[in-house]
Amino acid sequence: MKEKIIGVIIVIFSFICQVTICKFIALNDIGPNLLVIVAASFGFLYGKKPGIIAGFFIGLLFDVFCGNILGFYALLFMYIGFFNSFFKQLVYKDELPLQLLLVGVSDLFYGIIVYLLLFLLRGKFHFGYYTLHIILPEVIYTVILEIIVFFIGSLIRKIIPEETDRSEKKEIA
Amino acid sequence: MKQKRPRFTLPSNYILLFLTIVSVVLMLVTFTTDLFNGVLADVSGHVTVPFQRGISVAGRYLSERTEDLATIRSLQEENDTLREQVDQLTIENNTLMQERYELNNLRSLYQLDQEYSEYDKIGARVIGKDGGNWFSSFIVDKGENDGIAVNMNVIAGSGLVGTVTKVGDNWARVTSIIDDSSNVSGMILATGDNLIVSGDLELMDRNNIRFEKLIDSADKVKEGDKIVTSNISDIYFPGLLIGYITSIDADSNNLTHSGRLTPAVDFEHMDEVLIITQLKDDYDEFEE
Repeated sequence: MKEKIIGVIIVIFSFICQVTICKFIALNDIGPNLLVIVAASFGFLYGKKPGIIAGFFIGLLFDVFCGNILGFYALLFMYIGFFNSFFKQLVYKDELPLQLLLVGVSDLFYGIIVYLLLFLLRGKFHFGYYTLHIILPEVIYTVILEIIVFFIGSLIRKIIPEETDRSEKKEIA
Repeated sequence: MKQKRPRFTLPSNYILLFLTIVSVVLMLVTFTTDLFNGVLADVSGHVTVPFQRGISVAGRYLSERTEDLATIRSLQEENDTLREQVDQLTIENNTLMQERYELNNLRSLYQLDQEYSEYDKIGARVIGKDGGNWFSSFIVDKGENDGIAVNMNVIAGSGLVGTVTKVGDNWARVTSIIDDSSNVSGMILATGDNLIVSGDLELMDRNNIRFEKLIDSADKVKEGDKIVTSNISDIYFPGLLIGYITSIDADSNNLTHSGRLTPAVDFEHMDEVLIITQLKDDYDEFEE
């Protein structure tokens, strides 16, 4: 129960950060994507079910406030959480490189899907432009943010040691 | 692996399948109706908007303070020169006040109306921006409870910002005219020629947007001309300033022109906006 409540708080808090703080620190209009980090981390740190459910609700919030059709981003973030959960066996909570790679690939996947479904279908064919100016800068910025999030998370784990293996204390401050 | 097994657990693949179906159904439903939009928008608005409001205020405070530090020296110099100006202007102002008094009297004599019809407006604070990097919209802290409805026009300063595209109880989302998916029917103020202004993500980092389908048979439109909203739109009120033309080219069909314009509004530093609390449809009926 306790871990579920903490999970809900993390989802809501990360969404609020995404529409406020992540925009204050945007460079040249490109901000990092904290939501991909959270959805992916729920997947590769806590397994299938948390990844799917957290991703779904993150996406649903995003749909309500920023999307046009309910369910589109819910589906997208849910599958980000789901695919990342396959790597749960390989990921150690205190090892950064693989987590960075997973977050980077997830954000790349997110960017390409958004381009394909929301831009290509409206006849915007300059994939090269969008890759260079939107998708790749966002991936780089997101990976940098993941480094910060990772260290905040390990700091929290040091201060508040996890009681059980399944505790939901995640690495969002 | 697990020592204690909960009484009942759904396999996660079923959850995935179930939620996928839920999402697809939601998409299909929201394509055609507004069934879930209202409820979800209200509930999630009550959960997140108060926090967004707080964080926005704090974030704005911090960025303002850092700017303060950076500009303190130039401000001191500016202050001295401004003081001198104030003295001069006070004298000037006095004479102008006298003239205005005269003007007001003359105006009422001629029963001059105001130059533009005034719309009812309500101020709103920007409390969040679009979460992704693909579209350009933002969240404001006024909603249905304050009389906001979808399709209301939003302005800031003197120019058009966009329209309200979604409302909750206590929040509304404004899609700006620089958004890649937005199109506005515009008009060159000087010549009355119509054109279409459409946002373009590819030009956004140059702070430009695109216009097209300008039929300028007299070839009189030039760079720097004002573009305002035209009267053939069913959403936008006529005469709202969109921006100024920065470049203009003839299309390959030799009939129409297209080019770029600079919006009148600074979309990056927008803290407060004004929402016109009338809808175009209502307004037209009102006129008749």
